[in-house]
Amino acid sequence: MDLTRSLELIIANVQELLAESDEQIHLAPGELNETTRLVGQQGILTSLELVTLLFNVEQTISDELNTVVTLADERAMSQEKSPFRTIGSLAQYVDTLLTEASSHG
Amino acid sequence: MDDVMLITGARKGIGRYLAEYYVQRGYVVEGCSRKAPDWTLEGYTHHCVDVTDEVQVRDMLNNIRKRHGRLDITLNNAGIASMNHAMLTPMSVAQKIISTNFLGTFLMCRESAKLMAKNKFGRIVNFSTIAVPLQLEGEALYASAKSAVETLTRILAREFAELGITSNAIGPTPIPTDLIRAVPQEKMDALIDRLAIRRPGCFEDVSNVVDFFISRASDSVTGQVLYLGGVS
Repeated sequence: MDLTRSLELIIANVQELLAESDEQIHLAPGELNETTRLVGQQGILTSLELVTLLFNVEQTISDELNTVVTLADERAMSQEKSPFRTIGSLAQYVDTLLTEASSHG
Repeated sequence: MDDVMLITGARKGIGRYLAEYYVQRGYVVEGCSRKAPDWTLEGYTHHCVDVTDEVQVRDMLNNIRKRHGRLDITLNNAGIASMNHAMLTPMSVAQKIISTNFLGTFLMCRESAKLMAKNKFGRIVNFSTIAVPLQLEGEALYASAKSAVETLTRILAREFAELGITSNAIGPTPIPTDLIRAVPQEKMDALIDRLAIRRPGCFEDVSNVVDFFISRASDSVTGQVLYLGGVS
């Protein structure tokens, strides 16, 4: 799974969450991109939706690659800038974990 | 579709009884324990998993997701006990008791909730003990770990409420199983004397309460710890 595929699957999952959301956030599909803020000020997800996004992405990775990764790991939690702040930073973090998993595996 | 239930510590004792009880009632039952059971049952699948091992727990939940696409109920029954005076409790034993009884329960709750959240429905039942409210001597570590389970249960009730998941705990009276095999009879008699209902517990006492907690109608019953035997 390369960075482009990680971005695709994150965007697809975010779209799904927004479609189910009670919040009135209207974004056209093309408006979600690497710079879209997920959490914090101007973030488009609630904290619960972020949690759901993370484990949906973990499950998709498990299904597609048969690899188990934990996105909300200690390193993610201790970083000064959260890897979950934008779609792009999350995709980058997924890519880092997958690269590490393949080099260990 | 039949509800999918996961029971930890299902190889023997209360766990095995609950596995048999809920298979009979039409649930799809998955269970785990460190060692394989010496019995099989149609409708029941066993996983050899240590509840304190994050990778093993995640693999098991992934396996359940891939085969059933859902998880509705988790009964966190797995536990170990070591009755001893606090001054005679080795650190290694203390760590094992906290790890299995508390951290194992936490891990199972966390991973179960991820799967339950998909359907916005879930029932988690954790296992405490009457040793918590009775503050039983000789059970400092065991009761402390279970006390932590109770607090976890109450906080998860709030954190998981939005996901449609309830979190409750049961505190059974002592049931004659391997867990309390080493407790001398006079200690058991003295303990039973402190109960309002003066008899040892039985498996049916437990399934009766679990039935109530996991009922679809119990969607506003969460964050509760229910003790048996009239202890409060």
